[in-house]
Amino acid sequence: MAHLQELEALTKALSGLGIDEQSLISILGKSDPARRTTFRQRSTHFFIEDERSFERWDDHRINLLRLEFVRFENALVLWAMHPWERDARLVHEALTLVPQSYRVILEIACTRSSEELLGARRAYHSLYDHSIEEDVAIHVTGSERKLLVALVSAYRYEGPKVSEDAAKSEAKLIAKAIKNGDKKNPIDDDEVIRILTTRSKPHLKAIYKHYKEVSGKNINEDIEAADFILKETVECLCNPHAYFSKVVDEAIRNDADHNTKKALTRVIVTRADVDLKGIKEEYNSLYGVPLTPKIDDNVNGNYKDLLLALMTRD
Amino acid sequence: MATLVVPQNVSVVEDAENLRKAFEGWGTNEKVIISVLAHRNAAQRKQIRLAYWDLYQEDLVKRLESEIKGDFERAVYRWILDPEDRDAVLANVALKKSSDYHVIVEIACVRSSEELLAVRRAYHARYKHSLEEDVAVHTTGDIRKLLLGLVTAFRYEGAEVNSRLAKSEADILHDAIKDKKINHDEVIRILTTRSKTQLMATFNSFKDSQGTSITKVLLGETADNEYKRLLRIAIRCINEPIKYYEKVLRNAFKKFGNDEDAITRVIVTRAEKDLQLIKELYYSRNSVPLDQAVAKETSGDYKDFLLALLGKQD
Repeated sequence: MAHLQELEALTKALSGLGIDEQSLISILGKSDPARRTTFRQRSTHFFIEDERSFERWDDHRINLLRLEFVRFENALVLWAMHPWERDARLVHEALTLVPQSYRVILEIACTRSSEELLGARRAYHSLYDHSIEEDVAIHVTGSERKLLVALVSAYRYEGPKVSEDAAKSEAKLIAKAIKNGDKKNPIDDDEVIRILTTRSKPHLKAIYKHYKEVSGKNINEDIEAADFILKETVECLCNPHAYFSKVVDEAIRNDADHNTKKALTRVIVTRADVDLKGIKEEYNSLYGVPLTPKIDDNVNGNYKDLLLALMTRD
Repeated sequence: MATLVVPQNVSVVEDAENLRKAFEGWGTNEKVIISVLAHRNAAQRKQIRLAYWDLYQEDLVKRLESEIKGDFERAVYRWILDPEDRDAVLANVALKKSSDYHVIVEIACVRSSEELLAVRRAYHARYKHSLEEDVAVHTTGDIRKLLLGLVTAFRYEGAEVNSRLAKSEADILHDAIKDKKINHDEVIRILTTRSKTQLMATFNSFKDSQGTSITKVLLGETADNEYKRLLRIAIRCINEPIKYYEKVLRNAFKKFGNDEDAITRVIVTRAEKDLQLIKELYYSRNSVPLDQAVAKETSGDYKDFLLALLGKQD
């Protein structure tokens, strides 16, 4: 029945990420009162039966829908922004909204180049009249504070020169701290923090490589049990494409919460000019399916069109 | 208020030629080196190095190093480098040779945010490591925490001050001193992330409520160690750099045999900045002009060079 198909189409237009504006216009927009009543009666996840005999919008669903409608606008505004302002705003939001999202701060501090991170720090001065490290230090508590303050303050050497001996001995240090993880949190270890927050990225990649020789396992297998923040830090620093692929995959899943979903916009927009191609390849090799069609299936409307436009430029 | 005296008309090509002539023949004509280089600002010195290279395919700095020796050579070498390169060299020497960590505190606290950034960049180029990387490797414990925080700071440079915050952070500092916990994370957070204007307000608030300055209280309260010394130097460099430098000079002359490193460092690094103010303060505190102290305690070409930087004109 055409009605059933329309109902399915409407439901799809309103689920997933973003809103399929065109379908809503062509189906709902053209509907007569009877059709709309059927829509309300059959869409029990959007409408509830009111005691005074009418189908009422669930307020919670309206709020969720608003978020979906605004996804396109947020993505566009973020896309048009200067990368420095973008990163500064993302960090500030991560610090001041509840719940706090340390992951975003880690992501920006670790995946940006030295000059990009510097630019973000400059923009932060202009936008918020504070330094980024000042605000991170005030808002972040616990063992994460030392790590995050040091990560946002880093101005890493970007040349290729690496001392293999130092990398080997530092891999041993980190392995020891991780194995000791049940007695002392590795991110409380001064040496672990020193290595992760001051060494250059090529040096850290050398440590990643040597870690397996030293410990028998890959570093992310060893950290699995231990700290989530340590794991993400290492991944952002040594294997950002894998990190971004995972974040994107989590965002598209049905059970993703609000913060997790926001990551899709953040990753696609912030990496579109940088390494989306590498992320797509890594995604394909990690999950066995290409990312672009997955976005096509799970995302709606103008929001989808914008993301696909960013992903398929060349 | 700089003391450097620069003539109205400068031809960097002529300067390069005159320097070349000074090197030629038997021995070196140090008078020419002083009369040229000690009367050129940083931009001109850079142009002279470029002109010298263009004319003679030789690095002026390397040639100087081979032509002159001793304290004179060290002073001229530091003087002829770009300010940020100079600071990078001073920091590296402090870390790897002399362990005079107060030099690093000086650089981190007296320079502006952009100047400190330029030093970190120059450090990358020269040493293929980041400054924070090397600081972290060469120091441990509380000193490492303090120095890392200081060298990685990119302080907000606005004039805004939050008086309530100044009072509450002054209280935090006071409590930390009272509890003999001056290495507390909060002490480090405040000193290494807040803007300079905010910190000066904090120190003023401390003085208002305690009756004495924080540096005096620190002197009396806790055991003497290197960390405390560096902490006091950081506070003094942020709060009253002129007074700090005057004291460095005063102590340098008192030392048996003099501390030429300190004398050179202060005069060379401040001649284009605020050496005039330091001179005035020196005279008012010692009843002897700084020029006179330098003339009495140093000799030869080294003395003539320092006096020229202090404003003496031939």
